[in-house]
Amino acid sequence: MTSWPWRSLAYLLSGVLVGAATAASLTLLVIGGMMLAVVVVGLVLLLCVALSGLVIARFERWRLRLVDRDPVGNPHRRPASAGWRSWLGTRLREPQTWREFGYVLVSLFGLWWIDLGVLIFSFGVPMIVTVIMVTEPPPVLLGVVLVILMLPVSVLAMAYPVTVWAGARAAMARNLLGPDGAELGQRLGEVARSRARLVDAYEVERRRIERDLHDGAQQRLVALTMTLGLAELDLPPGSPSASAIRAAQDQARLALAELRELIRGVHPQVLTDRGLAAAVRDVAGRSATPVTVDIDLPRRMPAPVETTAYFVIAEALANVAKHSRAARASVWARLAEVDPRLCLRIVDDGRGGADPGLGTGLAGLLDRLAVVDGVLTITSPSGGPTVLTVEIPCPD
Amino acid sequence: MPGLTVVVAEDSVLLRAGLVGLLERFGHTVAAAVSDAPALLTAVRSASPAPDVIVTDVRMPPGFSDEGLRAALTLRPRYSVLVLSQYVEQTYAAELLETGGGVGYLLKDRVGEVTEFADAVARVAAGGTVVDPEVVRQMLRQRRDPLDRLTPREREVLSLMAEGRSNAAIARTLFVTDAAVAKHIGSILSKLDLPPDDDDHRRVLAVLAYLRS
Repeated sequence: MTSWPWRSLAYLLSGVLVGAATAASLTLLVIGGMMLAVVVVGLVLLLCVALSGLVIARFERWRLRLVDRDPVGNPHRRPASAGWRSWLGTRLREPQTWREFGYVLVSLFGLWWIDLGVLIFSFGVPMIVTVIMVTEPPPVLLGVVLVILMLPVSVLAMAYPVTVWAGARAAMARNLLGPDGAELGQRLGEVARSRARLVDAYEVERRRIERDLHDGAQQRLVALTMTLGLAELDLPPGSPSASAIRAAQDQARLALAELRELIRGVHPQVLTDRGLAAAVRDVAGRSATPVTVDIDLPRRMPAPVETTAYFVIAEALANVAKHSRAARASVWARLAEVDPRLCLRIVDDGRGGADPGLGTGLAGLLDRLAVVDGVLTITSPSGGPTVLTVEIPCPD
Repeated sequence: MPGLTVVVAEDSVLLRAGLVGLLERFGHTVAAAVSDAPALLTAVRSASPAPDVIVTDVRMPPGFSDEGLRAALTLRPRYSVLVLSQYVEQTYAAELLETGGGVGYLLKDRVGEVTEFADAVARVAAGGTVVDPEVVRQMLRQRRDPLDRLTPREREVLSLMAEGRSNAAIARTLFVTDAAVAKHIGSILSKLDLPPDDDDHRRVLAVLAYLRS
């Protein structure tokens, strides 16, 4: 025998006790509230009745642990700000609060009575029969023996209705008092929106950094090389000062080249100015592996789609150059007009075996794509070719 | 070619002053130095005499996008324009080159090489074509396969051609005779199946179109 019948028994017994306590206190509150309704105190008491579900549901969720190993999560939202006003407003507007109140009412008028009924039926009836059979004169020896023999059987028989009802009761409580699917969906929607906002903010920040570098450090370095160049004009060629200036020039030029690459990586200006095709042609131009670009789009894509597509392609081409040992690669992009979405395909003739689980590059791509609901498919059999297909929904 | 009339457009005060100083140092007259694209268009149209060459930044107010380049495109082909940029962008260079001779696309880094920069300004003013070596290098990387057929010396000549250098300038840079350069060019054009052409700009265009295709 497991502990479940005992747990079920404890669940139902405590249910009866909670029911009695709740009935008593709510009755008092309602009566008190109605009597004092003319003064504010009464209304506060009635409000307490309405919110009683919060306290009882919390206790019920805790009590559920007796018969349900999975803890039931708190379904309530966190108030938007601190303070009791915000808390009260949030709770009163939540459907969950009223569901809990409904649960209290249903329990009060039904469930706790059924708990009591099941207990009486399971224990009371056999006990009364036993008492009658034992005490009713004349006590028949055979009857007594029979009852004693029957006792374990009747205990077993009692365990069943208790366990079954406790199980059904727990499932009901769990459904009513736990977080439900619609609310989870709503929360998930909120999470998705906040993630999109974060990515947007991130993109804005990148552009700001790009602009600061372009307008600040880069211009100053250019001005520096210009000043150096003019100074060099005044010096006899080949003199020590002239060669020192030449060395300074060379270093400034290297710094400029590095800065230019850095800025490109942060945010490619040509993408903003000329769109995806031009920006990809440019990335392809810098790739160590020769890349054929075939991009034909009827219009500019929304900025998040464009940026995501660009970085996906750039990362994919970087992977081709780094890992694939491909002799050539190609990038293809079209806009599917029905159910508008941007379709990309990046193909290389390398050795294959690309795995999004390995390396942060591809995993980062998946994260980026997820924000715009994009889908990435990779086929990369060992020996190649590797084909990356990407689809990004692209509403008008 | 001293004594050119130049209009300068550059939004950074530091660079604008530097460019004006540099151009004046080489004997040119700066008719106007402005800081945004609308002012550039006004200055060019109202300048008298008309400027020989315009030197402009790509990115300028109000949008901090490619206003300078777009202004340059509206001024083409009437005026010679040298565009200074921070970006190694074939797209921008190609858009400019399609408008005919008398254009240039240079990285801002090049202004540090003051003599070469002054030379580029003069070449553009005279109707020549100037393409930044870095942009050319990027294009050459893209077409590695067919270029493998060229000898190293021919590849050097091709780079210089794509940058818009004349035969004489190529000969000077590589320390060879004009005749040798002409021979290399003939060989390159035939290896790449390009038609022979004596016009420098058309030749540059053909080479660049080939490299970009």
